[in-house]
Amino acid sequence: MNQTIEKATVLFAGDSGDGMQLTGFQFSNTSALHGNDLSTFPDFPAEIRAPIGTIAGVSGFKINFGSVEINTPGGKVDTLVAMNAAALVKFQVDLKANGMIIANSNGFDKRNLRLAGLDESRDLLSEARDAGFLVVDIEISKLTREALKDSGLSTKEQDRSKNMFTLGLIYWLYNREIEPSLLFLKEKFRSKPDLLNANTLVLKTGYHFGETIELFSNRYTVNKASLPSGSYRNIAGNEAIAIGLISASAQAHLDLYYAGYPITPASDILHELSNRKNFGVRSFQAEDEIAAIGAAVGASFAGSLAVTASSGPGIALKTEALGLAFMLETPLVVINVQRGGPSTGLPTKTEQSDLFQAIYGRNGEAPIPVIAARSPKDCFAVAFEACRIAIEHMTPVILLSDGYIANGSEPWRFPKASDLPSIHPNYPKLDAPYLPYQRDERGVRSWAIPGTAGHEYRLGGLEKQDQTGNVSYEPENHQKMVLSRAAKVDEIANHIPPQEIDCGPLEGDVLLIGWGSTYGAIRTAVLNMNKQGISVAHLHIRYLFPFPKNLETHLRNFKTIIIPELNNGQLVKIIREKFLINAIPLNKIKGLPFLSSEIEHAVLERLKEL
Amino acid sequence: METADLLKPKDFATDQDVRWCPGCGDYSILKQVQSIMPNLGVPRENIVFISGIGCSSRFPYYMNTYGMHSIHGRAAAIASGLKMVRKDLSVWIITGDGDSLSIGGNHLIHLLRRNLDVNILLFNNEIYGLTKGQFSPTSELGKNTKSSPWGTIDHPFNPAALALGADASFFARGLDLDTKGLRDILLRAHAHKGTSLVEIYQNCNVFNDGAFAPYSNKSTRESSTLLLEEGQPLIYGTEQQREALYIRDMKVYSAPLNTIASEDLWIHDSKDPMKAHLLSRLFDPYSEKALPRPFGVFYQEERLVYEEEMDKQLHSAVQSKGVGKIDSLLQGKNFWTIE
Ligand code: SF4
Repeated sequence: MNQTIEKATVLFAGDSGDGMQLTGFQFSNTSALHGNDLSTFPDFPAEIRAPIGTIAGVSGFKINFGSVEINTPGGKVDTLVAMNAAALVKFQVDLKANGMIIANSNGFDKRNLRLAGLDESRDLLSEARDAGFLVVDIEISKLTREALKDSGLSTKEQDRSKNMFTLGLIYWLYNREIEPSLLFLKEKFRSKPDLLNANTLVLKTGYHFGETIELFSNRYTVNKASLPSGSYRNIAGNEAIAIGLISASAQAHLDLYYAGYPITPASDILHELSNRKNFGVRSFQAEDEIAAIGAAVGASFAGSLAVTASSGPGIALKTEALGLAFMLETPLVVINVQRGGPSTGLPTKTEQSDLFQAIYGRNGEAPIPVIAARSPKDCFAVAFEACRIAIEHMTPVILLSDGYIANGSEPWRFPKASDLPSIHPNYPKLDAPYLPYQRDERGVRSWAIPGTAGHEYRLGGLEKQDQTGNVSYEPENHQKMVLSRAAKVDEIANHIPPQEIDCGPLEGDVLLIGWGSTYGAIRTAVLNMNKQGISVAHLHIRYLFPFPKNLETHLRNFKTIIIPELNNGQLVKIIREKFLINAIPLNKIKGLPFLSSEIEHAVLERLKEL
Repeated sequence: METADLLKPKDFATDQDVRWCPGCGDYSILKQVQSIMPNLGVPRENIVFISGIGCSSRFPYYMNTYGMHSIHGRAAAIASGLKMVRKDLSVWIITGDGDSLSIGGNHLIHLLRRNLDVNILLFNNEIYGLTKGQFSPTSELGKNTKSSPWGTIDHPFNPAALALGADASFFARGLDLDTKGLRDILLRAHAHKGTSLVEIYQNCNVFNDGAFAPYSNKSTRESSTLLLEEGQPLIYGTEQQREALYIRDMKVYSAPLNTIASEDLWIHDSKDPMKAHLLSRLFDPYSEKALPRPFGVFYQEERLVYEEEMDKQLHSAVQSKGVGKIDSLLQGKNFWTIE
């Protein structure tokens, strides 16, 4: 029976070596091309080669897709694909009551049970059936080998294709076309015809298996979403950042220089930009985090759009040079793709615990603009905006993203290059003598570029005399300079869009304030509560420092303000301190994103108390 | 454009008061640098001085060029980024023994191996001057300072050996008071394509006075210094007592010049890495019996220059993929349209 549903959440899980990321990625891509709205979330182990078959080695990829608006990778899972026992053990708790488990029964033998830390006598699949789940067990490994017995490939190579069986099967189950993945395989194995043939064959075998064998009582259709008209692509956060940076450099007529040091989860930005040399992007893998930001400061002094990215521990190392960039008043974009902290923390898990570091974490009085991306596609706009502020206001800018949106993906209605605004660097006039620390009406100094005759100037980290930039230890001058630098950054509030309410009433009982990657979960929760007639609104802050000027007006229009964050309460402290209001924290610090149901539940509980 | 040949050394001085202690070796180095600037053939606006932190790092404020006085140890990193995006600029890094061999050691060795076309002037005074007299990574073993009242237990760096170990493509040693020798070295460093590391022995007359006196004092100079001249035998010593160096079984020996057959003399060849290595090892603390300390260009080698390779990659990417178009970047490989 074919059943049409509004949305579905599927979780692909298996051993790190089972290719579940690729499977999930292919399924997302095809669903996006099919016209669904969607959101994805990969969840992989911190260890590159975690022991095979163990729970620590399980790699998952979650996708939520629908014909309705989708803002998060979903809560409870409709269909769990479990390639081995460990995958089921890890993710069974995330399944809906009566949810479906598609299990590779060859991954549940004694050995796999032992590796998952279970008693060899257990029968996990029967137990799951008894618990009310719909279990479809298929000998995926065996069927794959069977399909490839004449391929001439080794058993090891044959086994590597079993994810394609799974993919084919799920395509059948959700009525998807297999053509986009066939094209993908063609490209991927262009120079390896035997692997191309094998993977193509197994993908089709999986699809046909669904069709032929009557294991499933239902087949599901998820229709196209009614998205605004335009051109779309699927995009992950780190990729969107890279594209945003390149686009901004083009709109500012500046060369893009990127310096980075490998760190999870920011490295993809380095990879992405290193592959864009034909856009004139100079990317540099430095010897350490300090060298990366140092090189970026040098490139900025030389007249390029300079960018560096890292995650919490790397940002800590960059702090001194960030202070230098602040003091030089030179454009620089510093991206923090946050992860669980402190110290090395949880490298592959997500968290929002570096907000204080971004806003306060420097010696001396060094306010730096901070802006945050709220979703994978939003990373584009925010990266572009970070560059605009840095260049037009002559200041370093910190962009906060996190592991969740860096690796997660969603459809993006991408703009045309001709729709992007221009960015205007503040170059000095050529005919006048150059005063490096003379400010315009916005408090911004001008940017003289080496190679310009007559503008030769020296600058540095020592306190500078107003106007000339010469070293000065004058007490009055120091106070003046500290205040002018702060005023320049405050002034940015006059050059950003006003804060809007994202959804819900413009005034009322409860306002949820979020920032960064909690956007989707808060929005979903608020829309759902609004449907139930509860007066709740959602406001999401992009500009965390300085705040938009009208932010306070919104805050005063609500009786109760709740601030959900993936940390121990950071924005909430800033809001309380700045506006002297009794904002209430709502925190989750598990290395995982919020589920919208968690937010909804917490708000409803709170409302009971009021 | 202000062409350099119309300029005089004084055109490279700024209106800022020079604030080193009277008698500091930095003055002479500043003077030599200013005096060679007009001879570089580079317009003044295309010259950039980048320094770290320390007494010597005040240097950029005194040069009427573009300049940055940055943070401790990071000048090499900052200059690297600058040179990568602007290979038209003549870039000079001003640093000290604490700045580039201690806190910035990592950046120094990586710059040397990458071989960007920049010049590093390492003012080695074997002490921390700006912070008032702690031992540095080049201070001699056992040195008594404020932070080592019982004498240091730190084995000192040998900057020449360190540089060659990091595959520096140019290493030279100069002395603040040897003005002519220093100017020659600076010009050769500028002419060298690649990273030139010039170690300059610089007297800190306040906290480490006389550290290099054996190499500058009239009475000891001739017998303690070995001036490296391309194609010439390594000869040193007084008029009365000429000594020559020779190599046997990969070891260096010294003997009176008239006792060595001319074919056994060690002829200086700055292209020879093994000889450069042996020169770097002539590093014993001064004594009357010690082998002399070499000054001049130890080694230079032509090898790939980082920023040029970077440019080549950009060009070949354009050649194989075409000039990047923002619209195709935005749209990516797979996109779809909703009416
Ligand atoms: S402390 Fe030493 S190195 Fe520093 S300026 Fe004075 S004499 Fe020169």
